[in-house]
Amino acid sequence: MTALAAEGLTRRFGGLTAVDSVSLTLSVGELHAVIGPNGAGKSTLVNLLAGELRPSAGRILLGGEDVTTWPTWRRARRGIGRSFQRTNLLRDMSAHENARLAAQAAAFGPGRWLRDAGRDAASLAEAARVLERVGLLGRADAVAGTLSHGELRLLEIAMALANRPAVLLLDEPLAGMGPEESEPVGALLRDLARDHALLLIEHDMDVVFAVADRVTVMVDGRVLEHGVPTAIRASAAVRDAYLGHGA
Amino acid sequence: MLVAGRRGSLLLALAALLVAALPLFASNYHLQLASTALVAAMFALSLQLVVGGAGMVSLGHAAFFGIGAYAIHLLPAGISIALTLPAAMALAAIAALAVGALSLRTRGFFFLMTTLAFGQMLFFVFHDTPLGGGKDGVFITRPALELFGLAWEIPRRQRAAAMLWINLGLLAAMYVGLALLMRTLFGRALLGIRGNEDRMRALGYDTRTVKLAAFVLAGALAGVAGHCQAMTEAFVTPEMLAWHHGAEALLMILLGGLGALHGPILGAFAYVGLGEASTLITERQRLVEGLVILAVVLALPRGLAGIGRGWRR
Ligand SMILES: Nc1ncnc2c1ncn2[C@@H]1O[C@H](COP(=O)(O)OP(=O)(O)OP(=O)(O)O)[C@@H](O)[C@H]1O
Ligand SMILES: [Mg+2]
Repeated sequence: MTALAAEGLTRRFGGLTAVDSVSLTLSVGELHAVIGPNGAGKSTLVNLLAGELRPSAGRILLGGEDVTTWPTWRRARRGIGRSFQRTNLLRDMSAHENARLAAQAAAFGPGRWLRDAGRDAASLAEAARVLERVGLLGRADAVAGTLSHGELRLLEIAMALANRPAVLLLDEPLAGMGPEESEPVGALLRDLARDHALLLIEHDMDVVFAVADRVTVMVDGRVLEHGVPTAIRASAAVRDAYLGHGA
Repeated sequence: MLVAGRRGSLLLALAALLVAALPLFASNYHLQLASTALVAAMFALSLQLVVGGAGMVSLGHAAFFGIGAYAIHLLPAGISIALTLPAAMALAAIAALAVGALSLRTRGFFFLMTTLAFGQMLFFVFHDTPLGGGKDGVFITRPALELFGLAWEIPRRQRAAAMLWINLGLLAAMYVGLALLMRTLFGRALLGIRGNEDRMRALGYDTRTVKLAAFVLAGALAGVAGHCQAMTEAFVTPEMLAWHHGAEALLMILLGGLGALHGPILGAFAYVGLGEASTLITERQRLVEGLVILAVVLALPRGLAGIGRGWRR
């Protein structure tokens, strides 16, 4: 089932076309990797899908509904969880409070505003669940600013998982992790793809070919190639444009 | 934003008791001075919800204070406080809703300037206009202290004490209410917005609505403070709405501690006390005040609330 679809998505910054008529679909149960050299427009694509940026042209359908003009918070509520390439969370707060705030966002409206946060069972349980899922429950009370880089990346993923969004957009969740750290996270991503439509931006080819169901290769904002990992690995065009000078 | 812990709350309660007992030994002059500090504390506390709570620095907050004060002037003279106080809150809240809805489209420096501009506009609504009744201010009749038909007649001699108790009661209620608010889902969301608004939006928070709600509540509470000042002094002046009055409240917050809910209360008392002390020493009052504030802010980055460990969460 298609959870998220982009149709002819384009974004220009002045004279630069960072994303150039990109179309793709994300389905629950599938891990869709987007690879491409630096500046290919991968993060811009994620920002367009999440609503951080408005497209210059094109449409975005979330669960069949046109959400192109929706603000980011509204899309998040309708079922998009995302992580950022550069760790982006509340550093002064505990890991638990970060996850709890992510969980609390569900149905956060005036009717629920005055509930005691320390006793709001729904958000407390959801925070514990997502921390557990990424293996951070033991570090729940640590102030986020004191977590290791790897732990911060996991916390970002945990926050994206809150309230079970249909779509997960993870922008280089493994960035800056060593091989020992990234291996279990690869397994986690595989596992997450079973019940999410997962878009993974990733530089490390080994990881991508190990976990992805489908791969989109972007170069200069355009989709160069699109297919299953074995086909991408075999593609001469991809090797020339990217794998050649990338690796 | 920290809310005082058990020990801090105990100290605050003791301080409140001390203030409540002032009429037993202090002169009327000092009772009035204490009322001035209590009203300033209410005003700064209301602003803290916006500044320390949501991380928005507003320079137009005095407008809501002034509107709360002028509410008494605009209503029929001598009606019950049970009517004037809610009216002051409502008028200030409506003004804050209008100002907030427009200025919350901006952030940071632009928010500061927009609130300043709206504040100045509201200042000139009351400055030298038929509505405000003169640019030097007007004397007003104090609202009657009447609740559910029970009237409290105060002999002239005891008026300063009565005003002090009312101001103290309202400040205490405001503080406890805000302390409780900071523990709710709303309060936590506000702190999240202060920490990282963009992240909160990506998490699914309609941050502008949350900020607007805080802005309106802060405006309403500033209206309470303004109402109390007008009631205490039986006088209203357009200066109450002036932007530098709001800047003074910002200074109190800075002095007391930006990161603590009780910071503005400490700051207000320190500020009023400092003003009083420096007039005793010198004619160049502002100079001394400025130097002391500068020294405190530089020496205590967390303000007066940062002193001592009892104030930790
Ligand atoms: N806000 C912006 N304003 C102007 N140009 C931008 C903006 N954001 C991105 N760009 C440009 O758009 C292009 C694509 O950037 P983007 O960050 O999407 O690339 P990327 O594929 O994520 O790269 P990386 O692998 O380095 O993360 C780059 O040339 C970048 O400089
Ligand atoms: Mg990127």
